[in-house]
Amino acid sequence: MASQEILREEPSRGSFINDPRIRSLFFQTLVVVLLFSSIWWIVHNVIENLQRLHIASGFGFLRSRAGFDISDTPIAYTSDSTYFRALVVGLLNTIIVAVAGIVLATIVGFTIGIGRLSQNWLIRKICTVYVEIFRNIPPLLVIFFWYSGVLAVLPPPRESIHLPFGSFLNQRGFYLPRAVWGDGSWLIGVALLLAIAMAWFVAHRARQRQKATGQQFPVFWTSLALIVGLPVLAFLLGGMPLTFDFPKQSTFNLTGGFWIKPEFLSLLLALSFYTAAFIAEIVRAGIRGVSKGQTEAAAALGLRSGPILRLVVIPQAMRIVIPPLTSQYLNLTKNSSLAIAIGYPDLTATAGTVLNQTGQAVEGVFIMMIAYLVLSLVTSLVMNIVNARMALVER
Amino acid sequence: MTEKGLWVMKHIAIGILGVAALGFMASAASAGTLDTVKQKGFIQCGVSTGLAGFSAPDDKGEWKGIDADFCRAVAAAVFGDGSKVKFTPLSAKERFTALQSGEIDILSRNTTWTSNRDSALGLDFVGITYYDGQGFMINAKKLPGVNSALQLSGAAVCVQSGTTTELNLADYFKKNKMEYNPVVFEKLEEVNAAYDAGRCDAYTTDQSGLYGIRLTLSSPADHVVLPEIISKEPLGPAVRQGDDQWAHIARWTYFALLNAEEAGITQANVDEMKTSTDPNIQRILGTEPDGKYGADLGLSNDWVVNIVKAVGNYGEMFERNVGAGSPLKIARGINALWTKGGLQYGPPIR
Repeated sequence: MASQEILREEPSRGSFINDPRIRSLFFQTLVVVLLFSSIWWIVHNVIENLQRLHIASGFGFLRSRAGFDISDTPIAYTSDSTYFRALVVGLLNTIIVAVAGIVLATIVGFTIGIGRLSQNWLIRKICTVYVEIFRNIPPLLVIFFWYSGVLAVLPPPRESIHLPFGSFLNQRGFYLPRAVWGDGSWLIGVALLLAIAMAWFVAHRARQRQKATGQQFPVFWTSLALIVGLPVLAFLLGGMPLTFDFPKQSTFNLTGGFWIKPEFLSLLLALSFYTAAFIAEIVRAGIRGVSKGQTEAAAALGLRSGPILRLVVIPQAMRIVIPPLTSQYLNLTKNSSLAIAIGYPDLTATAGTVLNQTGQAVEGVFIMMIAYLVLSLVTSLVMNIVNARMALVER
Repeated sequence: MTEKGLWVMKHIAIGILGVAALGFMASAASAGTLDTVKQKGFIQCGVSTGLAGFSAPDDKGEWKGIDADFCRAVAAAVFGDGSKVKFTPLSAKERFTALQSGEIDILSRNTTWTSNRDSALGLDFVGITYYDGQGFMINAKKLPGVNSALQLSGAAVCVQSGTTTELNLADYFKKNKMEYNPVVFEKLEEVNAAYDAGRCDAYTTDQSGLYGIRLTLSSPADHVVLPEIISKEPLGPAVRQGDDQWAHIARWTYFALLNAEEAGITQANVDEMKTSTDPNIQRILGTEPDGKYGADLGLSNDWVVNIVKAVGNYGEMFERNVGAGSPLKIARGINALWTKGGLQYGPPIR
């Protein structure tokens, strides 16, 4: 006992410089003090220099009239709105293109990724070529490729290509008929919600029954019938309260209808096709990462290839796929700032205009950084929740 | 990385550098721009990324245009040598940050003088080297029958972002209760390409710019500039606020160009004029006995001689770059001297 105590006190017996606890405390305090004083120094210097150079500062400009127009406005915006609202419009445009891009990239990426493992030689090779091409070209070039493709190939508005269902395609974008819901259409929405709730209930009961009795129930087809059938029934009962607003030719452009602009279209296609190549590789690696024994064991139990993929391979592959998939979603969101090159009014473009009209570069860059940081953190958070649900639960 | 990729990076880098520069700049008052410029031996001049007649590189890579020549004039006044200039091409968005952060010494980039820019952006405009106004250009072949900007309701309009043009456009359509669809790009070349490809019905910028841009389109003869002028666009060079000496040098270089034209001093006759006995010409050229108007500005007394030798007088500069001697063929109009019914008026050197 005594010798142990002596041993324990030995380090502090020398100078206090040699005490590991004091030493680590000292260095941690030093780092914190240095960090905060350098931050303080930079902030102080920025403020002082801005004043010395007679440059306006502060965030008061956010409440002033913006004075410029934006082409894509998901919320009401005119040149009379404030700079703050202009920034919100930009942020929403970034979110719209990022979310649409993530959905499209995921669908294309999974298809290509599974295609690369196909037994069919042609499909396998086509998917390989796709991945090798899109993965090795800078995203900005892909954006330009689509944009100049749209502008160069399509005809001017007066010679629009007529597509079925009253849609048009020309240099100015893609025009679709817009649905105008009449009175009583709320019933359809209610029917849809009801159908989803019922489908969920059916799936829940079917699972319980399978656990108890081993009997299966055709959940997919029942749900499909509910989700499609109920709203259609409501639509017919409500006296078909739906009309369409078709795009029409006017002096310069087509007016009316639902209009997707070429800037958005080329950005969306470029971002999702580019990211899809990476997602395809992640999916392929994920599926390859599930040991062959799993497939063989499932086959030995009498499962066919479809259910093997759906019930055995993919759930295990997802555990490998999701973490790198999150990085790709973040990349896609951040790459959307390349929109500036083709004139899509995303956050970078709008904040850049605000920055230039007000001359307040420090505040403008700060707002942009915070906005992208928050977007990325939210994406990560959502993906972490999904990942936690998918992760292996050890029993 | 591609060239396009590079400029996106560069654009972001300038923004961040601006912030960083403000952060790390020594808080002690810096030396005057004149001393700094003399020390490094040249003037760093911010110009456009290529606007014919104002600042655009020619096929040998040499910058041509009124704005480029103005920087040469300042260099001639300071160094006695108009070639001591280095040019920095800037987008509309980058220009003010570049001047604020000290990356350039003078911004000579078809920039509109407004009260907000003069007061809140930390810069000082030195004069109006070109009186301009905003107009519209359309493809007359594709849009026959359109001969006024008031017929443009519903049109898609191409415009460069971060400019007064963008603001005037919004105001004009709002005032006339017309609708339009803005198609906004950051770089001039992108606006030109999109307009040429037919993405927009109309192109709007300063009228002088429209004439210059028309020359670069695939079929210039198809395009017409509409008669309406929707704004005042006084274009001029700017310097950083708070350095009076440097602002005086830039301002009086501009006035010297005007005074030289008024007195009939040209690139060709400036050496003969040095022997003139006209006291006004003697004061301008610094040949007046005991005159020290150049020295008062911190320059040599023959500063105007150097300016005129380098770029000619204002009229010569105008004709060579945008007037009869250029492909633009713009008339002097309101940019004529006040003695000829225009607005260009140089206060006397005395």
